[in-house]
Amino acid sequence: MEHTFQHKPTAQELADLKARELDAICVNESELKHPWWHNLKYSAWGILFGIVFVKAEIISWFRIQEMFRFESFHMYGVIGTAVVVGLISVQLIQRFKVKTVHGETVHIPDKTFNKGQVYGALLFGLGWAVTGACPGPLFAQMGAGFSVIIVTFLSAVAGTWVYGLVREKLPH
Amino acid sequence: MLDAIKQPWPWYVAGALIGLTVPYLLLVGNKTFGISSSLRHLCAACIPANIKFFKYDWKKEVWNLFFVGGIAAGAFIGAQLLSNPDPIVLAEPTQAYLATKGITDTTHLLPSEIFAWDQLFTLRGFIFLVAGGFLVGFGTRYAGGCTSGHAIMGLSSLQWPSLVATVMFMLGGIIMTWFILPSILTL
Repeated sequence: MEHTFQHKPTAQELADLKARELDAICVNESELKHPWWHNLKYSAWGILFGIVFVKAEIISWFRIQEMFRFESFHMYGVIGTAVVVGLISVQLIQRFKVKTVHGETVHIPDKTFNKGQVYGALLFGLGWAVTGACPGPLFAQMGAGFSVIIVTFLSAVAGTWVYGLVREKLPH
Repeated sequence: MLDAIKQPWPWYVAGALIGLTVPYLLLVGNKTFGISSSLRHLCAACIPANIKFFKYDWKKEVWNLFFVGGIAAGAFIGAQLLSNPDPIVLAEPTQAYLATKGITDTTHLLPSEIFAWDQLFTLRGFIFLVAGGFLVGFGTRYAGGCTSGHAIMGLSSLQWPSLVATVMFMLGGIIMTWFILPSILTL
């Protein structure tokens, strides 16, 4: 995975980057330093996202059941539209070399294949049909007032932690 | 206007807004869309326990935690101020099937017969609330992403490993729904 450091990275920085890259899809090496409140622009979009999650009933266990039972188009429509809009956006950004608002070159790290995308994804799929939620909707279900989902959420954190613990022993 | 907002939003509105998250995050801060990583950052921040996988500077990824915090806040707004007063309109075959399993309460987004505190200490409730959550957290990290990171961000940027992951997500969900869940629901 190539990264464009503007400065010569220290050994510590490289080690840290390598650790964060393990099985991660979002690793960010923006060189810019911003005050903490810049993160609120992510919260702002998150708020919109959360409203959409509730209003389109994406966080509903019932909608996920419909999807996996092939009895409703709703979730396929949501995910399909999202992919098409995302795909067109990425194509436009790459074709016209659109820069970020801070003038950086947009960088999308390549995903390398490992067996986790088979075994891990299968395990997640099993869990998704049970909880009716992927990680995003877990946050939204808690926010929407389903207090018992705190248990599911903590269990998901525990699952992530245990993965980290046994990672070296799993096929990748 | 407000009445229209309070009705369930159609799939194309929701899908378009979710899809726009991809360019928003890329253009605002060179971030790639992915939600399950937030669980890893929480581990790194709170319980790293000297595990190599959690030994990194999580503060560099703190935007992700601000994002998921926003999701919870937005869901609060959606549920408190904009909520649809009517029961969920389910596809008839789904509703009929769930009724045979005793799941009939469609007044909320989650069935109260399962997702309630008093269910937590039943075997069925434990599987839904605890085991299910564990699989989500373990599986997404093992897979290196969830629906957002693989199915939306990964497919949007034409990453074939993400296509493999997405197919396996669906396969896992189908196996659970058709072959395992019917037994769990009748526990």
